[in-house]
Amino acid sequence: MDLSLSEEQKMIVDQVRRFVREEIWPLEDKLDPDTDELPEADYERLVKRTQEMGLYGLDIPPEFGGPDVDIVTRTLIAIEMSQHRAGLYAACYGVFGGVGGPGQMLEADEWQKEKWLYPTLRGEKKAFFGLSEPSGGSDPARAIQTRAVEDGDDYIINGSKLWISNADRAQYGLVFARTDPDKGRGGVTCFIVDTDTPGFHVRRIVHTLRSARYATELGFTDMRVPKTHILGKLNGGFSIANDRLARQRIPYSAACIGVAIKAHELAVEYAKMRETFGAALATRQAIQWMLVDNEMDIRAARWHTLEAASKAHNGEPFRMEASIAKIAGSEAGGRVVDRCMQIHGGLGVAKDLPFERWYREMRIRRIGEGPNEVQRHIVARDVLGMGLR
Amino acid sequence: MAVRMTKDWRPLNAAEADKVAGNLGVYQLANAAGDILYIGVAGGRSLFGLRGEIQEKSSEPPAGVTQFRLEVNTSYRTRHRELLMAYQFDHAGNLPPLQPAEDGRGLGKLSPG
Repeated sequence: MDLSLSEEQKMIVDQVRRFVREEIWPLEDKLDPDTDELPEADYERLVKRTQEMGLYGLDIPPEFGGPDVDIVTRTLIAIEMSQHRAGLYAACYGVFGGVGGPGQMLEADEWQKEKWLYPTLRGEKKAFFGLSEPSGGSDPARAIQTRAVEDGDDYIINGSKLWISNADRAQYGLVFARTDPDKGRGGVTCFIVDTDTPGFHVRRIVHTLRSARYATELGFTDMRVPKTHILGKLNGGFSIANDRLARQRIPYSAACIGVAIKAHELAVEYAKMRETFGAALATRQAIQWMLVDNEMDIRAARWHTLEAASKAHNGEPFRMEASIAKIAGSEAGGRVVDRCMQIHGGLGVAKDLPFERWYREMRIRRIGEGPNEVQRHIVARDVLGMGLR
Repeated sequence: MAVRMTKDWRPLNAAEADKVAGNLGVYQLANAAGDILYIGVAGGRSLFGLRGEIQEKSSEPPAGVTQFRLEVNTSYRTRHRELLMAYQFDHAGNLPPLQPAEDGRGLGKLSPG
């Protein structure tokens, strides 16, 4: 696979890299180290900058007014955008915009698009994605216990969801509920639910290692949702959820790589500058080996991630590659940040530097978007299915 | 952990403030009746954490404030938001009387029951 960048990709990567260094890093020096949002004036100013750069609304398809960025370039951008303290979960604090909701809404019918998708693309509405439940998230099709029971032109939904981001701020969301208890993954339906629907509750924030983009717990009590709010087909919810989960793994890995690159850069600088027993840390073999291992981890994870993006871009099957990328990025990222902390000693664990936040948030990446054990299961299934090569 | 803070109220004065540890966390200020007037946070840039915040408030108590309570919490930002949202749920969408309006920016909606 050719990993060389086109001239256009080089230009975009350089543009985003400079943006992060010149605009985001100086702001973070003044912000709370755990923040996930910018002061309003800074946010507005930087949104204008990304609009001038022609890179606002990166994930909005061109037919809806977004910039026409292919998935490989988008992955390269994601690697750059995450190279700051909040970068793992709040890349550039959202000033590059986004689709504002689950990508599945692009599959909605015209009435649904008018009601939810277009206002979302215009920035008037936000959405959440409600799949995981207290009973499990790794095998959502079987773990879903939230029930939707037909009642005339409506469904009555009862149940709960866990680990749902943005639900407290959203105007609507996608809620996956069981409509046929006997059909396993073939008995789940996706409903578009307005958050002001009677019976919809955001019960609490789930506090985790993550500083940004916290998760919530949702409760549904006799929540009445019209049949016209079904996204896709009745009992067709699993394929909607599954498609999203595979695609998400590529940018998810890219963000891990970006943070690893930045951590490694800081560690290299520090190793050259910091002296112990009369010589720079960089002259110590123990430190050199850590830096070499960082370099190898980053290069391997980057290759796997761009391979997955390239296959997706070319319309080839990419499920296995996306899982490999997710494993490689999240595990390499964890190892790199851990080594960089070690090289920085006490400073590495202080809030003065970004490592402690990266360390906490990076740990989640081995669990989020499908735990790495499940990713290995997916890869194993494909490897065994195709036989020995 | 309960959504609403359940710690005991303590008198807001210099002696009590000096007993507070310098951890990260959240705190609430109230009047003598126990009505919450302000919900604060001691974050990563607070020089002396909760102790610094409470000492500052005790040196010049805001109008009506006579007591405080606190919670040591490394998830101070999400906890702060949760407490503000729970307050809004309990008070028809309003922020505590002494809370600056900008603290309401980007707050979501909770219905903790």
